[in-house]
Amino acid sequence: MQINKIKKDMTEILSNVFDGATIMVGGFGEAGSPIELLHGLIDKGTKDLTIIANNSGNGRVGLGALIGQRQVKKVICSFARSAKGVTFPELYNKGEIELEVVPQGTLAERIRAAGSGIPGFYTATGVGTPLAEGKEEKIFNGKKYILEEALKADFAFVKAETADRYGNLTYNKTARNFNPIMCMAADTSLVQVKNILEPNEINPEHVITPGIFVQSLINIENPIIETNAIEEGMTYP
Amino acid sequence: MININTNDLIKGWDRNTIASKIANDLPHSSYVNLGIGMPELVSQYIKEDREIIYHSENGLLGMGPSPNENEIDLDLINAGKKPVSVLPGGSFCHHADSFSMIRGGHIDYCVLGAMEISVTGDLANWSTGKGIPAVGGAMDLVAGAKNVFVMTQHLTKDGKPKLVQKCTLPLTGAAVVSRIYSDYAVLDITDTGFKVIQLNEDITIEYLQSVTDGNIYQ
Repeated sequence: MQINKIKKDMTEILSNVFDGATIMVGGFGEAGSPIELLHGLIDKGTKDLTIIANNSGNGRVGLGALIGQRQVKKVICSFARSAKGVTFPELYNKGEIELEVVPQGTLAERIRAAGSGIPGFYTATGVGTPLAEGKEEKIFNGKKYILEEALKADFAFVKAETADRYGNLTYNKTARNFNPIMCMAADTSLVQVKNILEPNEINPEHVITPGIFVQSLINIENPIIETNAIEEGMTYP
Repeated sequence: MININTNDLIKGWDRNTIASKIANDLPHSSYVNLGIGMPELVSQYIKEDREIIYHSENGLLGMGPSPNENEIDLDLINAGKKPVSVLPGGSFCHHADSFSMIRGGHIDYCVLGAMEISVTGDLANWSTGKGIPAVGGAMDLVAGAKNVFVMTQHLTKDGKPKLVQKCTLPLTGAAVVSRIYSDYAVLDITDTGFKVIQLNEDITIEYLQSVTDGNIYQ
């Protein structure tokens, strides 16, 4: 029997996602954002989610739509303000969604650490700022650092460009961003991918995320382009 | 408390002049991260005697200018989420590697805007204390880049000094700024105050001191 991580539809790939789960959502703005997987979660109606992502969604598409459906109780991100953000500000200003602000590099490193079996690390980022409050400090070579802890998740929702049935992934340009490290840090990584190739068609030298970090794949050939969808006034559902 | 009637202010260098001063101070072969907004202008003033490599924290080294309309790829954007291009010799990486370039001290210069800069080099530029808090990569950049340049107006829109004895807004980093480029002067952060490197030709040192809340010297 052959290994095959490709699922036949959205219901199958999302079947194990549960209420109260912590989900890492890849992407930097719209680049690399797994919009179809997020829409699948809206259809499924999964609730009380904690989302770890760089941003907090635009318009009422993708992450913006999931937040708008009140399926998210907390967002952990570096930048929750965006010109096109609608749903997060609405709920945040009413005190109906929680926010943990993390410096972008610390967010990336906490995710990378979790995926690498490193429970915490010291960093100079944030020292002397409000985001250092309550964190352990330590001096190395005369310079002050703060302790940051690894950030794990039950699931990662990721968008990739190309995959094979083993889960080997490549990305497109800056749509790579958080996606590879989120695949490493989550117990289960769910990947929507534009192209699925035969295993011998991806050069091993070009694989960015080796298949060991990926559990399930779904083929989304023509993903929604967020900018266009928002301009066209799309809302989901 | 210094509070100047904005009608009485002397007009300083325009933002293009400030950008060209910064561009002149970036050495050949530097790796540079330009903050979103005014600092982006710096790349337009790099002279032909040098090559600078631009880093964008969303995983792009070797960033080029914004593309023509027909070449826009929404998977190729900068940290401000605007379409950009990649130059020959450029590369992509994931976010942890991109921030290792910053946090590991590999970026030679970063140029950022400011709300307040203290006489000891503290920087406040991410939060007014109101609205949704959003930090992005600013804290990583000021903690990690080898040199932190600030590009700013000398005074706030309502005539308050941005160069202050002590910041009142939430800090982005403590003792992190190396040099300030304002519309009135170029100043270094030193142990004894703001050291004037270059003074705008239309203003005096006394005037500069009168619009700065912290010791100025030449």
